[in-house]
Amino acid sequence: MAKVTIDGIEIEVEDGTTILQAARKIGGKVVPPAMCYYGPLKGSGGKCRVCLVKVTQGSTRDPRPMPKLVASCITQVQDGMVVENTTNEEVLNARKGIVEMLLINHPLDCPVCDQAGECSLQDLSYEHGVSAQRYEEERRSFNKVDLGPYIQLHMTRCILCYRCVYTADQITEKRVHGVLGRGDAAEIGTYIENVIDNDFSGNVIDVCPVGALTDKTWRFKNRVWFTKPLDAHRDCPTCSGKVTLWTRGEEVLRVTARKDQYNEVEEFICNTCRFDKKEVSDWNIEGPRHIDRGSVISANHYELPVVNVPIVPNLPTSTKKNLPQE
Amino acid sequence: MGLKILTEHINVPGIETLEVYRKHGGYRSVEKALKTMTPDEVVEEVKTSGLRGRGGAGFPTGMKWSFLAKPEGVPRYLVCNADESEPGTFKDRWFMEHNPHALIEGMITSSFALGANTSYIYIRGELLFVLRILEKAIAEAYAAGLLGKNILGSGYDLDLHVAPGGGAYICGEETALLESLEGKRGNPRNKPPFPAVKGLFQCPTVVNNVETISSVPWIVNNGGAEYAKIGVGRSTGTKLISASGNINNPGVYEIELGVPVEEFIYSDQYCGGIWKGKQLKAVVPGGSSVPILPANLILKTAAGEDRLMSYESLSDGGFVSGSMLGSGAFIVFDEDQCIVRNTWNYARFYHHESCGQCSPCREGTGWMEKVLHRIEYGHGHQQDIDLLVSVSKQIEGNTICPLGDAAAWPVASAIRHFRHEFEWHINNPKEATTPGAVYRGQFDTVTA
Repeated sequence: MAKVTIDGIEIEVEDGTTILQAARKIGGKVVPPAMCYYGPLKGSGGKCRVCLVKVTQGSTRDPRPMPKLVASCITQVQDGMVVENTTNEEVLNARKGIVEMLLINHPLDCPVCDQAGECSLQDLSYEHGVSAQRYEEERRSFNKVDLGPYIQLHMTRCILCYRCVYTADQITEKRVHGVLGRGDAAEIGTYIENVIDNDFSGNVIDVCPVGALTDKTWRFKNRVWFTKPLDAHRDCPTCSGKVTLWTRGEEVLRVTARKDQYNEVEEFICNTCRFDKKEVSDWNIEGPRHIDRGSVISANHYELPVVNVPIVPNLPTSTKKNLPQE
Repeated sequence: MGLKILTEHINVPGIETLEVYRKHGGYRSVEKALKTMTPDEVVEEVKTSGLRGRGGAGFPTGMKWSFLAKPEGVPRYLVCNADESEPGTFKDRWFMEHNPHALIEGMITSSFALGANTSYIYIRGELLFVLRILEKAIAEAYAAGLLGKNILGSGYDLDLHVAPGGGAYICGEETALLESLEGKRGNPRNKPPFPAVKGLFQCPTVVNNVETISSVPWIVNNGGAEYAKIGVGRSTGTKLISASGNINNPGVYEIELGVPVEEFIYSDQYCGGIWKGKQLKAVVPGGSSVPILPANLILKTAAGEDRLMSYESLSDGGFVSGSMLGSGAFIVFDEDQCIVRNTWNYARFYHHESCGQCSPCREGTGWMEKVLHRIEYGHGHQQDIDLLVSVSKQIEGNTICPLGDAAAWPVASAIRHFRHEFEWHINNPKEATTPGAVYRGQFDTVTA
């Protein structure tokens, strides 16, 4: 076991735990953001650099501070380590700079983006970004690409987190897409036009932190904050069948895997559950889904009991008379 | 003339053949190490020698070797980094082309020390002609029983392979090199684990530069203590310097570390002075990735002493008034050279060569390049200079591998020392974009 102090809060964690995971055990604001790290995907992390933190004391044995900021998602804790996240100006400045870099080519098309309301970059920009824009060069843009009947790739929004590549590598039988090119010319693609076609291909949509990979069966059908998330399950021969249904009225608009408070899926689901089961009768509804963060849906408090609030109590008597009486 | 360790026989006709190489004392270190020494004794000699990695970082080689994990039943690898591709650096190519057996001898001796039975020379793909020279030399070594099973009857086996890379600068970074050698996209790995623990094929691996490995035979033959006597301070031994730019004698020189920079630039033995007798304006002493220094700071340290060709002396003053020895690519600029154009040129290179894996490097290198392009072509704004400084700071230290730093330092140092030149470009776009025009005003030389 190792004792680590993050932003003044001490916690004891198992050896081999990363700083990010230790911070998640504490929870709250001490948790660094993560755009490329994804717990269920082996080898992810270290690329986006938004989770950089300052290690002001390496360990009890070697108290020297680490010379550079370190990526908390891949750096393991040492006993006696002291980490600064939100309490360190250098960290906040670096993060601000990285958000600026990530937004250089990412269009601010949140009003028309299907990921709006549950986009990690949107949250990150809100928390760490600046309103002024310093980049005045030409931005790169791409045409949208259909990766088969279910998935659309809008490369313009991609931040090259590699999550979709790891997903295809690790949970599907074959991977037909990857990162092509290098530097800021790097892009996600299939090299020769191809379809991402396997039972679990839809999971690349769930792991995408931005709106680069979107669900074609959901695109433009609604805004996420108008929908109601429900936990549901079905007896599925391919996956666990445990999903979240995003409904409006009686209509199931979208099916996704269940995600935790850090937007990481609890169990990957198959394409049949995701794309083909869009009737309420296909599912056993468990109840409202609690969404902790990562979506404006959390602002709606759907899972709270409905309180019978008196309607327009302060209107003039003459107006009240015209309202339907209880 | 200083002592020559690597290049003593380099001009001997036919030295690239095994026969001539052996006639001049070649492969003595293999005989000595394999027949009379234990691997640990070889490592100790290298430690004693104080030899530092010649690829650029300057990390003590013996210490790096001693970090190598030695789990039972797991192979260990030695990989020679011959992916030399930094602008201004051409010493390894030249050395391998002229003296391939020196590298092979170093590979055998070093592999023995590390307990590696398979070793690789990872070479830049464009250097096909050098690859052929190496393969021919390796075939000769196999035929002579210097490679393969039971080398010289010692019981030690070694297979040596040459692997051409795809031609990306990033593949010179040791973990990206290993990825490339494994047949994957050359992206740097997150560290830890370091290659000494999990390297090639997830096995303990040492990655060393051509020059580093080629220095080992001399150390084995003469002893680490003898090697440590050469040089100055913790910069022991000799170093190949690839000198280029506006000098009379560009080329590769083997120097004893500690030669004064002034002597190196102006002596006929080395660079032979500035081309056409012009004034020295600036020097990049260790390859395009290290900070540029104006004339006065390259000749004197922060303390006012003579600047020496050594790891310590060239970095004296940190990044404020110092630089780095790096890979020893010594690039000289005379008074007619435009620093802005040169900085843009470097930025273009790093923009093109960034692997794109981590955000600050992927986006930042391109951003700097575009801003510098604007300034160079007369469309810059006054605030662009501070913008460049700010972006370089956002990249520096925040990336997975040192390419981010390599891209940021030339820009930051050029602005630090030549800010007036950038301002002149912005304020006088018409004049600055006239062919041949160059800023002749003062330089902001910062002293510590």
